[in-house]
Amino acid sequence: MTQTTADARFRYEDLGPLMARMTGAEKHGPAATSTLDVLWVLYDRVLRVTPATASDPERDRFLLSKGHGPMAYYAVLAAKGFLPVEWLSGFGGYDSPLGHHPDRTLVPGVEIGSGSLGHGLPLAVGSALGLRAQGLGEPAVWTLIGDAELDEGSNHEAIAYAGSAGLERLHTVVIDNDSATHGWRGGIASRFEAAGWSAVSVDGRDHAALYAAFTAPHPGRPHAVVARVEKKA
Amino acid sequence: MDTMRERFITVTSHLLDEDPRLALVLAEISMDGFRPAQRAHPERVINVGIREQLLVGVGGGLALTGLRPVMHTFASFLVERPFEQVKLDFGHQGTGGVLVSASASYDWPAGGFTHMSPGDVALLDTLDGWTIHVPGHPDEAEALLRHAYADGDEKVYVRLSQLSNGAPRPVDGAGFLTVREGSDGVVLAVGPTLDDVLAATEGMDVTVLYATTVRPFDSAALRAAVGTGPADVVLVEPYLAGTSTAAANDALADLPHRVLGLGVGRAELRRYGTVEEHTAAHGLDPRSLRERITAFRQSGARR
Repeated sequence: MTQTTADARFRYEDLGPLMARMTGAEKHGPAATSTLDVLWVLYDRVLRVTPATASDPERDRFLLSKGHGPMAYYAVLAAKGFLPVEWLSGFGGYDSPLGHHPDRTLVPGVEIGSGSLGHGLPLAVGSALGLRAQGLGEPAVWTLIGDAELDEGSNHEAIAYAGSAGLERLHTVVIDNDSATHGWRGGIASRFEAAGWSAVSVDGRDHAALYAAFTAPHPGRPHAVVARVEKKA
Repeated sequence: MDTMRERFITVTSHLLDEDPRLALVLAEISMDGFRPAQRAHPERVINVGIREQLLVGVGGGLALTGLRPVMHTFASFLVERPFEQVKLDFGHQGTGGVLVSASASYDWPAGGFTHMSPGDVALLDTLDGWTIHVPGHPDEAEALLRHAYADGDEKVYVRLSQLSNGAPRPVDGAGFLTVREGSDGVVLAVGPTLDDVLAATEGMDVTVLYATTVRPFDSAALRAAVGTGPADVVLVEPYLAGTSTAAANDALADLPHRVLGLGVGRAELRRYGTVEEHTAAHGLDPRSLRERITAFRQSGARR
């Protein structure tokens, strides 16, 4: 499967105005949402999935586990043509498919319904296992979690197992805006490394650094990217 | 005769050979029995370790990729401990899978309350769309497991137990069976309670229905058995007493009726001992059942 330029109509600079359709705010800088840059780099340059291949078994899977605050996610999906831009203004409305937590049965391109924290990484582990069991060795499985979401024990069940199983097609991005009350002494990446993952920490606003981290080889191991962004005000 | 759990291992190992869509997820429990299957299908027999949230989450992920996941451990750790995973990683995702439990309500009395799950069916019954099978014999367990594995993308729970009736019945994964016909009330026996119910109601003029699929509840069969009345219905369930009382009431909403829900008591017994002792303690042995059913029928006759 080859990645075609999904949609040339929208650029990174357009994401702010797209998000403003949901929030009603006049201006929306990238800093307003911790996930925006990571999501853009993934969908723009890394994930091999387009609206045309959104149900292709060979597509890459992106599972947004941190389903809270999905404006950046919807904006990127709209920019890439997965959903109509017109939907954005209905955000959160009774007749809108776009809720404050995404629902995979309502929104094209959304791989999981999320909102309750700690479900995406275990589902991603199962997805990686399921693809491998069906001989689909190419698709990558990605999930995005938050540093506070990492508190949930289900993540640690998944991290330990995936490292031991050597799930090479599994990738986790941890958005670290220092929002976990008790923090992570020794660093978040060390949790993954100790479990046998490849792990790297980068500036979550630096597109070149994110791209390099996302595409770093990690033979025989799952891969974690800790994307550090500014602490929530 | 093998146990239901042994039959589960045999049948599932065999069907893993035949059905490339089937995948098994374990959390150590029953791993020894599945070792040959794991050697034959290392990528479809997955042991995640003692991690029950992951057990269900991995099953959910397998389902997202189009496989038919079978998840197995003791009922307490399959339904109760990771209940939110059951709720969200299947129902909310719009996917299906098969949960197969062992240990039931008090299969291991000496193990105490940590390994007892009388509330599993009632808990699962708070969710929409789960089919619940409660076999009463290893042959029925095999039939219902085969039915569940082939049941498209449905969400199915199969509740296995050490307790068993002496002989299997021809179960179809859907409706109730009429085992005995009478004209003065109906007793519905679920799964392994049937032999005790038949013994308890010997000589009574009651219809005995047999249920191995309790959800969806076969309202039509109960309604037909009640006929024009009297609509005196006793439910005998091998899990929490009253679990199906509301379903029976709904089935009989259009005529006057009385329902007695018998089953495992809510209070923690804090006793060890044997299965027989626990059956008696919950009033589910033939003598206790006969007394309770007789008292219920007499209280109706006095109206």
